[in-house]
Amino acid sequence: MLKLTGIGKRFGGLTALQGISFNVGKGTITGIIGPNGAGKTTLFNIATGIYPPSEGAVLLDGVDISALPPERRARLGLVRTFQNIELFGKMTVLENVMVGLHTQSSCGLFSCSFRMPWQMSEERRIREKALQWLEFTGITELADVVAGTLSFGKGRLLEIARAMALEPKLLLMDEPAAGLNSRETAELADLIKKIRDLGVTVGLVEHDMDLVMDICDALVVLNLGTMLAEGTPREIQDNPAVVTAYLGEE
Amino acid sequence: MKSDKIKFLVFCLIVLAAPVPLSQGYLTNVLVFVGINSMLALGLNLLLGYAGQISLGQAAFFGLGAYGSGVLTTHFAMNPWLAMVLVALCVALFAFAIGFPVLRLKGHYLAMATLGVGVIAHIAFNETVDLTGGPSGLSGIPNLSVGSFTFDSDIKNYYLVWSFALVVILLSLNMVNSRFGRGLRAIHDSEVAARVMGVNARLMKVQVFTLSALISALAGSLYCHVMTFISPTSFGFNISIELLTMVVIGGLGSVYGSILGALLLTLLPELLRAFQDYDIVFYGLLLVSMTIYLPGGLVRGIPALFRRVMPARSGHA
Amino acid sequence: MELLNQITQFVISGLATGAIYALIGLSFAIIFNSTGIINFAQGEFVMLGGVLTIFSINALKLPLVFAVVAAVAGTTLVGVAFERLAIRPLKDATPLALIIITIGTSILIRGVVMLLWGKDTQVLAPFSGNEPLHIAGATLLPQHLWIFGVTILVIVGSRLFFHHTISGKAMRACSFNRRAANLVGISVGRMVLFSFIISAALGSLAGVIIAPLTMTAYDVGIMLGLKGFCAAIMGGMGSGFATVFGGLILGMLESLGAGLISSGYKDAIAFLILLLILFIRPQGLFKKGETERV
Repeated sequence: MLKLTGIGKRFGGLTALQGISFNVGKGTITGIIGPNGAGKTTLFNIATGIYPPSEGAVLLDGVDISALPPERRARLGLVRTFQNIELFGKMTVLENVMVGLHTQSSCGLFSCSFRMPWQMSEERRIREKALQWLEFTGITELADVVAGTLSFGKGRLLEIARAMALEPKLLLMDEPAAGLNSRETAELADLIKKIRDLGVTVGLVEHDMDLVMDICDALVVLNLGTMLAEGTPREIQDNPAVVTAYLGEE
Repeated sequence: MKSDKIKFLVFCLIVLAAPVPLSQGYLTNVLVFVGINSMLALGLNLLLGYAGQISLGQAAFFGLGAYGSGVLTTHFAMNPWLAMVLVALCVALFAFAIGFPVLRLKGHYLAMATLGVGVIAHIAFNETVDLTGGPSGLSGIPNLSVGSFTFDSDIKNYYLVWSFALVVILLSLNMVNSRFGRGLRAIHDSEVAARVMGVNARLMKVQVFTLSALISALAGSLYCHVMTFISPTSFGFNISIELLTMVVIGGLGSVYGSILGALLLTLLPELLRAFQDYDIVFYGLLLVSMTIYLPGGLVRGIPALFRRVMPARSGHA
Repeated sequence: MELLNQITQFVISGLATGAIYALIGLSFAIIFNSTGIINFAQGEFVMLGGVLTIFSINALKLPLVFAVVAAVAGTTLVGVAFERLAIRPLKDATPLALIIITIGTSILIRGVVMLLWGKDTQVLAPFSGNEPLHIAGATLLPQHLWIFGVTILVIVGSRLFFHHTISGKAMRACSFNRRAANLVGISVGRMVLFSFIISAALGSLAGVIIAPLTMTAYDVGIMLGLKGFCAAIMGGMGSGFATVFGGLILGMLESLGAGLISSGYKDAIAFLILLLILFIRPQGLFKKGETERV
């Protein structure tokens, strides 16, 4: 589903990434892990279009998206969530998810201003679908709450609902368990599995090892900007180089 | 939504009935300009309050509309209605073209760039003496007319201007509560997240910028035909600041707020004629104190104050 | 030969106004670097420098030197009041709110000056008389020399301050990373105050030395401020030589354009340059390109 080939990134004199190549298989939950400073966030930003790579390519379902901005990637089915959750704070929870349906609707400036009848029915459809996604993540009762007032855990769920509304092929999550307690993390694990069961490919950058080992089908380990290992969670756990990277030499 | 429609209908009724008690009074004349300022303030609010893009150069589009219509109907004896449409289209095209480079900028840089556009336009109005009459202004602009009916009195101009204004208000209300309006507000709250959700922020910003310019140009055309005389002083930096003040006072991101702001800031200077020199100080104080103490503007501040003073009434938004 | 003389003349007067733009640009950069704010009221500090000097000479009957000191001190007080009353309460405000506040303050200052001293232009006598000097085929006024001299002193002084004193280095630290600066014990609040003090003083000084050449009035701040901002942008918002070059180049282009093409459009030239720079090279003329940001 997502293929990275030879990704490298330099910031001035600093080489953040070098020679990163791996596949995120369709329909899998793939985790990208590594110690702090390994370059996970940089890689994530390149995959999601925040900045382009200095070298190498990013392919989504065979299409080269390396130079495409985030909004184009969204239309091709790639959506991401943010570590610090980026909600539309002044809008309600429902409206936030309705924005997720932006690519599934087409009323433009002219049609919206003149209240074309087809726009009215499209608006109803958007509203219904948005409510369905709220139900999917279990926050239906918060529909009319102003998003900026949500607790972090609920905000995280809203962000996921909004991202899913886009009906993506690939959902990339940046440290989704950050800031969640163990109960919320367990619920998150179930939710991610539900998402995978819908046929969505999931990629996540994560520090929470329990979560990662529990739900991931495949893992990619980065260290100091290069690829350290790739494989199933079992293989990674048994890989001495990975252990050393995390814990240091004996 | 039902209540929105009722609100708008009530508003229309108020607007249509307002001149009746005033008969041919001086206040009717002021209300004509409230109408024009409402359109201008609304144009700015769509850009600033909803999409979150600062523009300190709205006066440029207002002036282009006014001088465009003025010059075409005097020097070239064009039909005023035709001129109005032509000018509006040209200004919209111009705004669309410069919108792309301008709206790539953010925050202070955007503010400065729009300021620059406004200043350059103002200088052009002053310097192209052959066309615009320069600092002495352009006179002899005809009134608008339909057949043999000419809009040449305060009361006629009132209904003319407010007909346009009401249409603009209706279309704006439709737009902000729709998918497009949601997209704008999303861009305002978090442009990064909006783009990740597939919202084409760049294009939408330029679209709303163009819309704002179009409304301002229309207001300008109406202005020149109502006044029959225009000069560059009406289209300078001060006007852009006044508009900004109207929007901030009325309430950013509120359609009715723009009208409230326009009403207050058009009416007050007239009522306080004696204190004319104090107006600059007044605007400055207003801007600063409103932003610190009442950032939602009056349209949200007054109901909030009301709710606090009358707690028994709360429980109904 | 005639044309060459004219051009030399334009270049020199352009350098003089350019030096002023450079000083104003530096003031913008100093506040921006320590607070991230573009101070729209900067131009009013410049205006206050000239206006207060004239007031001190005419009404308070102070000799020139004391008048200048009084004017700079007075403007600095205004700058401090501005920082305390309008900027400090809004520490976490949106950029929009900050812009509106600084615009509001600039209007306020302008309005008060208009009320106190009217709308008429005011005249400040040149510091060393008006006898033109003839150097290299061009005519220089003594005031030009004052401008160049003060500007050079300011540049040298600011270089020394920002790179060789603790306070100066502390301010630079704040501009790179506020949180880190805070963590190593630098009082960010005090640095912000300092930056306003320096900017106000610098701005008013610029206003004083240009006043004898261009006269002053309650509304000169707008244009001067905007052009100073243009110089700062050209210099990439740095507190060093880039901004100075930016100002000088702007002054020369403006002067040459006004002299050779059209004087009515003189102000438009500066803004056209501003727009071009913002569109094409917003990081300034002299900085290397940064990593592209989305």
